[in-house]
Amino acid sequence: MSKTHVTTTINGEPAEFLAEAGLSLLDALRDEVGLTGTKEGCGSGDCGACSVIVDDRLVCACLVLAVEAEGATIQTIEGVATGDTLHPLQRKFIEHAALQCGFCTPGFLVAAKSLLEKNNNPTETEVRFWLAGNLCRCTGYDKIVRAVMDAAAEMRGA
Amino acid sequence: MTYIGNKSDLRVVGTRPDRPDGVEKVTGRAVYGADFRLAGQLTGRILRSPHAHARIIKIDTSKAKALPGVKAVMTAEDLPNITSEEAFVGEGPTNFRDQSLNVMARGKVLYEGHAVAAVAAMSPSIAEAALALIEVTYEVLPHVIDVEEAMAPGAPILDENLFTAGVDPKPTTPSNIAKKIILKSGDIDAGFAKADVIAEGRYVTAAVHQAYIEPHACVATIGADGQATVYASSQGHFMIRSFCAKLLGMEISNIRVIPLEIGGGFGGKTIVYLEPVALKLSQISGKPVKLVMTREEVFRASGPTSGAVVEVKMGAMKDGTIVAAQAVLKYQAGAFPGSPVQPGLMCAFAMYDIANVHVTGYDVISNRAKVAAYRAPGAPISSYAAEQVVDDLARQLGMDAITIREKNAAKAGTKTVYGVTFPEIGYEAVLAAAKSHAHWKAPLGKNQGRGIATGFWFNIGGESSASVFVNEDGSVSVVSGSPDIGGSRASMAMMAAEVLGIPVDNVRPIIGDTASIGFTNVTGGSRVTYATGMATVQATEKVIEQLKQRAAMIWDISPDAVDWKDGQAVPAGANAGGFDPLSLAAIAAKAGKTGGPIGSEVSVNAQGAGPGFGAHICDVEVDRETGQTTIIRYTAIQDVGRAIHPSYVEGQIQGGAVQGIGWALNEEYIYGA
Amino acid sequence: MSGLSYTAPSTISEAVSLLANASGLAKVLSGGTDLLVQMKSGRLKPALIVDTKKIPGMIGIREIDGAFVIGAATSGALMGEHAGLVAAWPGVVEATNLIGSTQVQGRASLAGNLCNASPGADSPPAMIAAGAIAVIAGPAGTREVPVEAIVTAPGRTSLAKGEFITEFRLPKKPARSGDAYLRFIPRTEMDIAVVGCAIAVTLDANGVCIAAKVALGAVAPTQLVVAGAAAALIGNKLTDAVLAKLDAECQAVCKPITDKRGTIEYRTKVAGVLARRVAAIAFQRAGA
Repeated sequence: MSKTHVTTTINGEPAEFLAEAGLSLLDALRDEVGLTGTKEGCGSGDCGACSVIVDDRLVCACLVLAVEAEGATIQTIEGVATGDTLHPLQRKFIEHAALQCGFCTPGFLVAAKSLLEKNNNPTETEVRFWLAGNLCRCTGYDKIVRAVMDAAAEMRGA
Repeated sequence: MTYIGNKSDLRVVGTRPDRPDGVEKVTGRAVYGADFRLAGQLTGRILRSPHAHARIIKIDTSKAKALPGVKAVMTAEDLPNITSEEAFVGEGPTNFRDQSLNVMARGKVLYEGHAVAAVAAMSPSIAEAALALIEVTYEVLPHVIDVEEAMAPGAPILDENLFTAGVDPKPTTPSNIAKKIILKSGDIDAGFAKADVIAEGRYVTAAVHQAYIEPHACVATIGADGQATVYASSQGHFMIRSFCAKLLGMEISNIRVIPLEIGGGFGGKTIVYLEPVALKLSQISGKPVKLVMTREEVFRASGPTSGAVVEVKMGAMKDGTIVAAQAVLKYQAGAFPGSPVQPGLMCAFAMYDIANVHVTGYDVISNRAKVAAYRAPGAPISSYAAEQVVDDLARQLGMDAITIREKNAAKAGTKTVYGVTFPEIGYEAVLAAAKSHAHWKAPLGKNQGRGIATGFWFNIGGESSASVFVNEDGSVSVVSGSPDIGGSRASMAMMAAEVLGIPVDNVRPIIGDTASIGFTNVTGGSRVTYATGMATVQATEKVIEQLKQRAAMIWDISPDAVDWKDGQAVPAGANAGGFDPLSLAAIAAKAGKTGGPIGSEVSVNAQGAGPGFGAHICDVEVDRETGQTTIIRYTAIQDVGRAIHPSYVEGQIQGGAVQGIGWALNEEYIYGA
Repeated sequence: MSGLSYTAPSTISEAVSLLANASGLAKVLSGGTDLLVQMKSGRLKPALIVDTKKIPGMIGIREIDGAFVIGAATSGALMGEHAGLVAAWPGVVEATNLIGSTQVQGRASLAGNLCNASPGADSPPAMIAAGAIAVIAGPAGTREVPVEAIVTAPGRTSLAKGEFITEFRLPKKPARSGDAYLRFIPRTEMDIAVVGCAIAVTLDANGVCIAAKVALGAVAPTQLVVAGAAAALIGNKLTDAVLAKLDAECQAVCKPITDKRGTIEYRTKVAGVLARRVAAIAFQRAGA
């Protein structure tokens, strides 16, 4: 079967891969590029574990075809920290115990980062609605919401 | 040993340090089941039954085998046809033969999604194409989904060789009721005769899935020498090893299971689905094989917990004393026996000191996926029913819902219906905390209502192993056999640091694989912090004894004359002040000259876990026109004993509460829709 | 997935030609939030995917003399970020922004939500109530049809082979007008409508309704335009009696099914309840 050559920028670095027409961006990231931080929880856009930012838009990587990513700029969990300096959201997730098993965590962090880039002072309700498509079965969400609010406050310098 | 729970001068336990696996998990570097890969691995896929109940007439795999790129095709014929044997491997009793039949159907499929064949191929698309080429001829049989329909005479029988256990005389006709269990105390009829008020109800609960976000996944490889390695995410790698050995007819020592990070389990990853299949595919193909479930497969073929029908009747005297409690529990087991009806029976009324109790349980198979453990297996189902009826009694008596519970509260000395007499327990303290909480007295708005319910779980101990090593630089490694599902590495490190008197950052906790640490039961039943913690603390204490001996050698005094204090060896008794204290690092640096590496492994079978009690208060608002129900406020009160890392204890309670809300309001399995 | 090919044409005529000449099943890809799920589950096995997002105009919102032209592949997120559209047609935007999660809203398009032809889709009732027109390109040229003429049955549309929607047109909002959409789901977010209801109204200077359009979702095989409900509003203010008539008219046209989301009786009742609530919001937005 013929594959398409896809050229993208992932976490600031040029990245190329080959994709069959039906391959999802999620499978391409995990299996072709080797970035397994983006998780598959459902494969149907319900759980948000595969949240990535494509051209500044938060999406589920399982609902994007890899071939659609030609020319796109993609951010994944692997690009959230700068070198060995954690993003404030990452630090606050650890500090607030906002993760238990940690499987949903990459998706939450990418989604929360996308929120804070658009709205640096969200209300709790705004955080909860923005993250409604990220499912966590462990925490009950309370500590996640607190961590996001606290990270936002820190990033505002509050 | 050191009883951390009673220590008054704790320095590490009870604090909230960053978890040791935190950075890996927030950066996407932690390796879960589906993230792992071996060079040259094949992609496995499982063909599943489209029928709820059917006889397998024939499986023709020849076309699939002939497809280029297909390296292995298997069915149940490739597994040993093992005999029935009780297994206490996961959480709760099961049967090795049932597990074998569950991972790969033999003769009959018993639920929609039941595995019938598996393939391993060079790519996912080839594996999927191969599945489509497997031809299965079924004779579709009548099926039964509902628990009471499955119990009724004339119901389609799943297993012609299943006769209800626990019935005298032994039945002569097969039944879907695998077992009938009765527990009783006092005289139930006399109890009801004394009652001034009687309340009763019938409560139906849905089957719900544990719904961990990480689907099951593993990579398995087996060499020509029969040496196998399985990389998997689970609640117990020793559990995987046991099942693989039994289901494949292998020797346990030939199987090494390496635990990967686990993305949630809640009881649902205490049994195997994929690992024996992946191993067999690896054996046939001679290559490593990776199997990952889709979410759809998770819902169709793994978990869930039992759906149930519970009938409860209780009687109380005018003063609120509950004098009789009776319940009938009908629990779905799924396609094979083994619902958590027994703990359901034991937990239903365990919060109360009731003289006359009679509970009957039925373990019922039907054409659903086999149930798996789920958060206090069986208990929420029966507690839900019992607590509703207690509320009804309170209403009839005009009593406050907490007052009636206080009046009948179990306490030290209360004998349970299952025969255990409670030691010092926290139920009354839980009720007192609920009653004095601002939530209980807060005013309610229009269309709002408030409920309270209490619950009980045994907590268990069991077999656990941990080892503690002092490294050459004085840092400490803690290895345990318990998969970390929600922060247990943090608690093990904290307990070791507490006992050693050193900062928790100096302790690195890891999870050992089956070949590098002693046997350890699954992470489940609320046992790890207690039992694995006990092994960790005891191993740490043994290390301290060694450290004291080494210091004594360095100082050339008797080991009895050395104390361990604040992470240092200090001379004691007559030698007090005679030498400068020796740090862990100083002793470690000289380990080679004082007898070699310092470390200890301890295996325990922990007994005597203290039971847990909780009370949850919930306010809801109901839209009277649509029935929409909104949670307005929720307060959970839980007797947790000593919280090692309070943040993760809170997280467990919050997560549990939200799962309960989901169960109550939104979640269920719907068939035939 | 074998045999599947993907193409992203840069012109409408190229896309029409690809769709019209496809030998197997050809599917238009805009946001993909329904299509990819259906492909993964095996329900749909297309031979050709035509990604329309590279065609100029397929994504984006243009305001022309108070009217709006919305590219068919425009996501809900883009609509929610367009201040002019939000101000003019809040009901349309709120319906679109109820589709799935933030992640889904970043991709899911108006055309996809409509052409997936699910009875429970959120945006079609609001588009219908607002009087939206779909512009369709095809082998025979372009044609314009009201949105309510697109869906013919669950999973089926009136689009012929080779046709696809290129844009939607929303009229200039008349003075003293308002639109609104509500759906009922048992949860707060991330669910599919048990019932959806959209209403657009225009009032006169005295607050009396002079024009109205009422659309219901998830209570019939297709979205319903409820003429009787509109008639109940026109010529009236929103009194209890008018609300009761609106409720009854909506209930009267419901032909739902009983499924896992709700029974016939429940859906019918809730349709009336929602209509009353939506009317109140629409009237308020119209300045009543």
